[in-house]
Amino acid sequence: MSDRAAAAPTPVARRRSATRRRLRRVDAKVSPYLYIAPFFILFAIFGIFPLLYTAWVSLTDRNLLNPTWSFIGLQNYSELMHDSYFWNAVENTLGIWVLSTIPQLLFALVIAHVLNRSLRVRTFFRMGILLPQVTSLVAVALIFTQLFGYRYGLVNYLLNQVGIENVNWEAGRISSWIALSTMITWRWVGYNALLYLAAMQSIPDELYEASAVDGARTWRQFIHVTVPMIRPTIIFTVIISTIGGLQLFTEPFLFQPVKSGSTGGSGRQYQTVAMYLYEKAFGGTQFDFGYAAAIAWCLFLLIAVISFVNYLLIRRIRSADS
Amino acid sequence: MMGKVTGRQHRRRIVAMALVVTTVVGTGYAATTAAGKSKAEPVELTISLFGDFGYHDLYMQYEAAHPGVTIKESIQDYAVHHSNLAKSVATNAGAADIEAIEVGFIAQFKAQPQRFVNLRQYGAGALKDRWLPWKWQQALGSKGEIVGLGTDVGSLAICYRRDLFQKAGLPTDRKKVSNLWPTWRAFIDTGKRFQKKAPKGVTFFDSGSNVYNAMIGQVNPAYYDKNGKVIVSSNPQVKAAWDLTMAGIAAGESAGFAAFSNDWNTGYKKGSFATVTCPAWMMGYIQGQAPATKGKWDIALTPGTGGNWGGSYLAVPAQSKNAAAAADLVKFLTSPASESAIFKQTGNLPSQPALLKSKAVSGFKNPFFNNAPVGQIFATSALRLKPQVIGPQQGAIQTASSNAIQRVEQKKQSPAKSWSQFLKDVKALS
Repeated sequence: MSDRAAAAPTPVARRRSATRRRLRRVDAKVSPYLYIAPFFILFAIFGIFPLLYTAWVSLTDRNLLNPTWSFIGLQNYSELMHDSYFWNAVENTLGIWVLSTIPQLLFALVIAHVLNRSLRVRTFFRMGILLPQVTSLVAVALIFTQLFGYRYGLVNYLLNQVGIENVNWEAGRISSWIALSTMITWRWVGYNALLYLAAMQSIPDELYEASAVDGARTWRQFIHVTVPMIRPTIIFTVIISTIGGLQLFTEPFLFQPVKSGSTGGSGRQYQTVAMYLYEKAFGGTQFDFGYAAAIAWCLFLLIAVISFVNYLLIRRIRSADS
Repeated sequence: MMGKVTGRQHRRRIVAMALVVTTVVGTGYAATTAAGKSKAEPVELTISLFGDFGYHDLYMQYEAAHPGVTIKESIQDYAVHHSNLAKSVATNAGAADIEAIEVGFIAQFKAQPQRFVNLRQYGAGALKDRWLPWKWQQALGSKGEIVGLGTDVGSLAICYRRDLFQKAGLPTDRKKVSNLWPTWRAFIDTGKRFQKKAPKGVTFFDSGSNVYNAMIGQVNPAYYDKNGKVIVSSNPQVKAAWDLTMAGIAAGESAGFAAFSNDWNTGYKKGSFATVTCPAWMMGYIQGQAPATKGKWDIALTPGTGGNWGGSYLAVPAQSKNAAAAADLVKFLTSPASESAIFKQTGNLPSQPALLKSKAVSGFKNPFFNNAPVGQIFATSALRLKPQVIGPQQGAIQTASSNAIQRVEQKKQSPAKSWSQFLKDVKALS
């Protein structure tokens, strides 16, 4: 650039180079935005717009099939706050989430820790733990539903062998949560373990050697070296599983013996918030869109709050450099 | 108007179709000449169904008679199909040219008649007498718009296990069995007799809600009165059906299965229940679930006056760009000849009295069910049934009632508590 400016000092050339410089400046400032634009444009269309549109619909009494509707302000929300089925769904969602996420992440940590050591046929095991993840969600749900059947399920058959009476897994509240959590844990442990494993592999060996010199055994190394070092990954998985867990839908939906109503069992014992949303919007013959949109927004706020609380809690895991 | 074809043309076009065509032409499907030969604009008609309606052969026949018309069928799950249809109807986009609507949803959709082509425009009004009056009535909009034309009906009978009846000391002959239960109360009482000598682990019926729904199907009014008002809490007949169901459950007559659950399916194989309320299409379901029970089953009449579970309509959404052609195909698929051919192929019962009384239907016997004259039994049930007002939230009310009955069967609530929660649920719906 400087060459050319020195070689052609005519006014025209100077003007041209000035234009070029300006363009270059614009280029340097604008083009990064252009590069990231595709994501944001798509996000605006498929993320922000539906979000805002849902907010708008939640302020109306819109029914999917009825062409006439009117603005009713916050009425859906105030109704929702007094809707015992909604709070029941929130309780179920949190219950299933706690029962599935905590064991899931703990198992994943332990499995990753084991896989991180030198095992025979290590690749085989590493691939193996990911298998549940590539299984179709519907297939998983259907098979677990059969396993947890009341009269003829395999789990009850095994319980009978040790003298325990049949458990009606689907009918009970806690029992249905346990069945669902088992399903979810089985499917997601491998995925989280793989994330942890990747993080663990980037921990420098020197740390383990140094701690070994200090006399730390495997377990203490795990607590004091591994866990703090992979803290960012743990935060990531906790937040991701929180979001996934609170949006839980497919597993409990397919767990229902009668699916069209989406009520999550005869006493709504495992109806999650997403299922309640679906019940109002599409389940059976209700098509109550305004109300469903209000549920969707409450779910969004719930996830935001819980993710933030999670973040605060996890931040307290001691960081490696402290 | 409808396409015209001769048997010979068909044979030339599709040899394999010959048999069906002959049947159809033979049974008097309107055969004229003009449309078949004129070169129409090529048009693709889409048709969206839940489950297999047994239309495949009829499509080929129709395409052969209408050069330029191609038919594309898509099949989805029952619940998915109807919620997709609601979405398409709401957004005025994405619907097929022809959509199947099940009876549980018809009231909801016909409340929006402007979203569908009024088939009266295409001459369907003249065909009224073909259908059972209640079947016809259920698909009419508030101003008499014809929203859909009836396909099949799910007339009820009671399927029962001869072997289990014998073990419990009950008669096994289907006439005598039908005489055991002229009323639902007699049915529940028979259950008490059955339970006294029943083999261990076997109950009289499969699910309280199946029995309850059959009872509700016979009363008029049931959930809605003539003006479309929900009367669940004030209708003594609903409470009577509930109380009778509760009596049956209390006597240990219910296996407590939810219909279509895994345990219910396995229950067929294991013979865990002796009776099941049986719409015509259930015959195929039982054969599919428990082929080894062939010959152990038989079919008797329902207590009371007939009954219905399921059955569908074909409708043309107003957004269809080929409304005229689609309406023509709907008329073809619901014509007597077509419904008769479908009955022979799938066992789906026609919704037209002339067919129900015809030899083809009434003479039909099913070897799986001990050679029961199933055509005659189901036809009787369909002809005896009185029309009932159904409303837009029929499906949601039914879900709430099934849950309520399940709560009692699962011993989670007392009948009284469950009933009051049911009423609360219904109130929230309307």
